[in-house]
Formats: sequence, C-alpha cells, structure tokens
Amino acid sequence: MYEQIARNKRDSWLLVAVLVGLLAAIGYVFGAAYFGSAQAGFGILGLFGVIAIVWSLIGYYGGAGMVLAVSGAREVTREQAPVLWNVVEEMTIASGLPMPKVYVVVDPAPNAFATGRDPQHAAVAVTSGLLQIMNRQELQGVVAHEMSHVRNLDIRFATLVGILVGVVALVCDLFLRLGFFGFGGRSRDSGGGAGLVLLIIGIVLAVLAPLAAVIVQFAVSRRREYLADASGVQLTRDPAGLADALAKIAADERPLHNATRATAHLYIANPLRKKKTKESAGLFDTHPPIAERIAILRAMEQGAAAPVA
Amino acid sequence: MLIALIIVIVLVVIVVVAVVAIYNGLVKRRQQVDNSWSQIDVQLKRRHDLIPNLVEAVKDYMQYEKETLTKVTEARAAAISAGAQGPQAQAQAENMLTGALKSLFAVVENYPDLKANQNVMSLQEELTTTENKISFARQFYNDSVMTFNVKIQQFPSNVIAGMFNFHERQFFQGEEADREVPKVDLSS
Repeated sequence: MYEQIARNKRDSWLLVAVLVGLLAAIGYVFGAAYFGSAQAGFGILGLFGVIAIVWSLIGYYGGAGMVLAVSGAREVTREQAPVLWNVVEEMTIASGLPMPKVYVVVDPAPNAFATGRDPQHAAVAVTSGLLQIMNRQELQGVVAHEMSHVRNLDIRFATLVGILVGVVALVCDLFLRLGFFGFGGRSRDSGGGAGLVLLIIGIVLAVLAPLAAVIVQFAVSRRREYLADASGVQLTRDPAGLADALAKIAADERPLHNATRATAHLYIANPLRKKKTKESAGLFDTHPPIAERIAILRAMEQGAAAPVA
Repeated sequence: MLIALIIVIVLVVIVVVAVVAIYNGLVKRRQQVDNSWSQIDVQLKRRHDLIPNLVEAVKDYMQYEKETLTKVTEARAAAISAGAQGPQAQAQAENMLTGALKSLFAVVENYPDLKANQNVMSLQEELTTTENKISFARQFYNDSVMTFNVKIQQFPSNVIAGMFNFHERQFFQGEEADREVPKVDLSS
C-alpha cells in the first residue's frame, strides 16, 4: 500500500515531465515545419513548454472538477442519497480516510469512479443505475474499491492522465489540421526539402503522439484495478459483495453516456464497452477482464490467499 | 584520536536520531489507537441515541412483542453503564445490545405495516449504518492496536517503549456469533 502511494506520486511527476517534454518536442517540430525556421521552432518549443506546465498545474488543482463536469456528475447531500452517503461514511471509518465529496451521475448504466488530487480533496461518484440495481452489500463493495483508489493515490495519477493525455490528443489534432494549411501556403515559399521533411516528421508525430499517450493510459490502469479490488476487500472483509457487484455490472450491456476516452480508465469497469465479453486482456483495454476479477474475488471467498500484484 | 572522536560523535548522533524517530513513531501509533477508539465511542453513542426513537416508533404496532422491546431497552441501559468499565466489559454489553436489536429487526419483518412506515424505514437505515460503522470502527481500532502492540514487542522499538512507558492495548472483541467457522478445504 505505501509502495503504491509512493509509486503514484512518482508516476504523476514522471507523467508531467514526459508530457512537458513531449509537448515541447512537438512544438519544436511543428514550429519549424510551419514557419520553416529553427528559431521559430525553439520559440514554439518554449511556448508549448510553458503551456504544458501551466496545463499540468491546472490539471493537478482543477482536474477533478473537470472530470466531474465532463462526466455530468452532480454533488449530493446526505438527505438526497442517505444510503449511498452512509455507505461512503462507513468506508471512511474502515479506512481512516477523511470524508470525500459524494456525486451521482444520472445514467442507467451501472458504473462508478473516484477522482481528486489527494484524500483530502477526493470525490466518489456512482451512477443512478448502479444505485438502482445494487443491494447494500454490493454498493459497499463498489465504494470500498473506489476508496482504495483514493487511499492509494490512484486518483491523482488517473486524473492527471485523463487531463494531460486528453489535451495532447487535442493539440495534435489541431496542429495536424494547421499543418495541412501550412503545406499549401507558407512552407512552399520557404522552399527546399528540409521544410517538407520536417512536415512529414510533424505528421508522423501528430499520429504517434496521441497513440503513445493512449498506450500509456492503457498500461497504467490494469494493475491498479486488481489492487483496488484486493484492498477494497481488506476494508469490507467481504469479497462476495464486490464480486456480485462486478457480475451485475458485467451483465449490463449499456454504454455510459458521458464517458470519454480521456476518462474511461477512471471507472470501476470500462464504460465504453462492450461488444463482447473477452476472455483475455487485449493491448488496448483500459480494464482487466471483469471475469478474471470476479474469479479472483471468488477465490478470496473460499479463503485462498489474495494474489496481490 | 580526532578520527575516533568524530566516529563516536557520529554514532551518538545516529543513535539519538533513531531513538527520536522510533519514539515519534510510537506516539503516532498510540494516537491512532486513541482516535479509532473514540470513533467506536461516537458510533456506540449514536446507537444509544437512536434506540429510544426506534422503540417509540414501533411500540404501538407491536402490542404483543413487549418482551423484545424491553430486552432492547434493558440492553441499551446496560451498555451505557458498562461504558466506564473498560473495553472488555463494554464490548460484552454492546454485543448483547447488537443481539437484542437483531431479534427486534427480525420481528419487524413480520409486520408489513411497520416495514412500510417511512419513519421506521429511515430509522432502520440509520441503525443499519450505525451497526456497520461500529464494526468497521472496531476493525480499524483492532488493526491499529495490533500494529501498535507489535511495535511495542519488536526490537528495537520495545526498548524505547519500555523507557517511555508505552503499554499494550486491549483488542475490542467481536460477538461470538460474528465469527464464522473457518472453511477448511483439503480436497484441493
């Protein structure tokens, strides 16, 4: 658990550093290709670097708010959702964490996520569909899973990934479009093959950057899900609740309306699914196969030692 | 000579730093034990406060279940007075109360009018969550006590603990019915 917290802190820094570097590099290539000079390239590099740093700070302090807004979550009080509130409160007692803000997303698809920068600034959100179909025990399993994400600081890293990776894709798309305009106009005046080469590199980068970002996103969340399942059970001492909840979530085929590629990895189960329930984890899955997670939880029920990664 | 002196000073500094670190660690753990104990206390009090409301809400419906209600009221009174007698006595009295409440809720199941009553429903949810909070608080307390007691027994923190009068704490025992018979599977 403490290793996981340390790892998430380190990964968050690493992510910011890599993205600042990546964005600066992209800035240089695009600047050089678009304006046809290395000086302009360095200028754009600096500009992009500053933008990336500012954006990282915005992502760190405002990321949770953005994620909640994008997901269409609204905050609820104890009076509006007494059972959900009580269950969250029970989990704060079991984990010794402060009370997070509680949100509900109005959507029939059952799902849940947690976000925030640290346990003192955390939010737990569940869909109205989840509240409808889960009994108390299952809801407790889901909330315990989310509180584990809060405690392990997965929320900080996952929220940063969502905000930062989302923007890289956006910037690349934008400049790819600008690049094509530039190809017709300015870069012909500057002439020479160098501009063309840079432009080609620029296009390649524009294609690769979001792809790399997406692969990072996929790589991060799978192990975290297993770990959150296991430490959630440590809180409730009841593997059956979470296993039953996951089974119910897996049985529901509806996609979540407000989920995007930038936020999908935050949820307890992939909200963008689900053409078919796959047996094994593919390269581009944000979540481990739900059947495998259930199998591990059922094994815990039988008293087998939990395989904690 | 000078080198020997430096070595001695360095060693002394290391020892002092280690002692301070271990001492602070013990204080932190003890603080956590105390905090989690007060959390149990908060929830137990909450339960004591809720019970009169529940009894009031159900007693008109349950003319023939006076005995069950009396048991709950008595168990509550006993639990409140046991509060001053240390964790073990208190745990025992509170477990009696948990049992009495369980049989009350079992009886409530037989009265459809009562189950549909909004007031009773919200009281039941409040008591359910309070029961859960008590058991989670107990779980957290016991975990804290365990890590604290291990620290007190382990070398080298046991030396510091002995010097500064840290004592082991008692666990908050759960009721017997809570403990299921462990499943032993020898076939696999």
